Amino acid sequence: MSTTESRQDIRGPHCVPVTVEINGRGRVVDVEPRVSLLDALREHLGLTGTKKGCDQGTCGACTVWVDGRRVLACLTLAAAAAGHEVTTIEGLADGDELHPMQRAFLENDAFQCGYCTPGQIMSAVKLIEEGNATTDEDISEFMSGNICRCAAYPNIRAAVRQVRDAAGGAA
Amino acid sequence: MRPLTYSRARDVDDALALVAAGPDSAFLAGGTTEVDLLRAGVSRSGHLVDINDLPLTAVEDRPDGGLHIGALARMNDVARAPGVVHRFPAISRALLQGASEQLRNMASLGGNLCQRTRCPYLRDGVSACNKREPGTGCAALDGPNRGHAVLGTSDHCIATHPSDVAVALVAFDAVVHTVGAAGARAIAADDFFLLPGETPEIEHPIGRDELIVGIDVPGTPIARNSVYLKFRDRQSYEFALVSVAAAIEVDAGIVTDVRLALGGVGTKPWRAWRAEAALVGGPATEAAFRRAAAVELADAVGREQNAFKIELAQRAAVRGLNQSLKGIRS
Repeated sequence: MSTTESRQDIRGPHCVPVTVEINGRGRVVDVEPRVSLLDALREHLGLTGTKKGCDQGTCGACTVWVDGRRVLACLTLAAAAAGHEVTTIEGLADGDELHPMQRAFLENDAFQCGYCTPGQIMSAVKLIEEGNATTDEDISEFMSGNICRCAAYPNIRAAVRQVRDAAGGAA
Repeated sequence: MRPLTYSRARDVDDALALVAAGPDSAFLAGGTTEVDLLRAGVSRSGHLVDINDLPLTAVEDRPDGGLHIGALARMNDVARAPGVVHRFPAISRALLQGASEQLRNMASLGGNLCQRTRCPYLRDGVSACNKREPGTGCAALDGPNRGHAVLGTSDHCIATHPSDVAVALVAFDAVVHTVGAAGARAIAADDFFLLPGETPEIEHPIGRDELIVGIDVPGTPIARNSVYLKFRDRQSYEFALVSVAAAIEVDAGIVTDVRLALGGVGTKPWRAWRAEAALVGGPATEAAFRRAAAVELADAVGREQNAFKIELAQRAAVRGLNQSLKGIRS
């Protein structure tokens, strides 16, 4: 493959159309290559459920799924997400029916201010799928990438346990 | 963040050509360091060559008992690969004690080796920092320096290398494979990390247009008994104050083979060659472990806030060796 041919693939620095599948639907967003997936979701697609906390990969408020794995939208460039499947908190409910983890957070009062909650829920669903929710110690360890400034951790763990146990016992 | 251009490499040759074409081009793998430092204004990359489509994600067991780890294998995938868990538990444990589950899903092994120090003076964009702006000095020498290095330091830089897994890789003689315009190279992991000396801005012996394609770890039975212990201010999701990768083999009370490396205390992942030499052929006793650890830390330079690491590193080394000896994995 020649260098010249490759160079035609260079995009930016101005806005370029980026096609991403978000919550099962193909979306095209015009963004500069420097724009994060987080900003593309919030500022360009109106999907403000995903929160911006630290914007430096520390707090976990921006946790989304890319190809079914939980990742940080603030450290993912929107351009790099092109061609991948993104799931946000808005994609979790089934119509008006909340996802069991969303319901468990409500029933267990697993938040105070609620700002970290979408990220917590996106992580918590995967935590159970990953099989690392067996003990409270494991829940704490494998949820440690989601910081809760209100320290609602005991109730977050309770919500995770509720979903885990309803799903048929310890994962 | 400054404006960027972006392209996606289709194969390794394409990636090399794209990076070579621009003076401020850089590879983009997991992005957990690069995007963060771009936003902080520390990375000056103007063009990113996204290499995530390259087929470099394999984690394979080798017939000699060793491992091949593709440069784009993600931390979580490596940590949980059965061959890594069983043959090299210290590598698995080091990976799982690094970062968070989300970051481990993103970060690649090649990127892990290339990550920049977490030294706050590099990251703040304004302090004197010879890594960020050569010749400006090192604000850590006399500033808050509790997290900084005590081994391998110079008057120009005392930043620690932040990786956990690199400590385990160095302990087990991993080899870093790269390709560039001049061809392929194999670099011992211990040589892949440079001491700061007078040029702390030069961190690796590879060019900007050279790509890590994989990491090989030779088979060694001793690794099955290896441990990785990490001591830090928080129990999870925190960089090491001190960490240790250790493995020991004993016959009739005498040390026949040993691997020891330290993290959080060195300007590079620190293979404890001197301690290993002091141990082999001698008794596998706690007293011998203590003497060997003292030998390794003999030249350590502590500063106002980080001198505690000199003692902590020795205790960590002793504990690591004890746990490997007794088969206590964590």
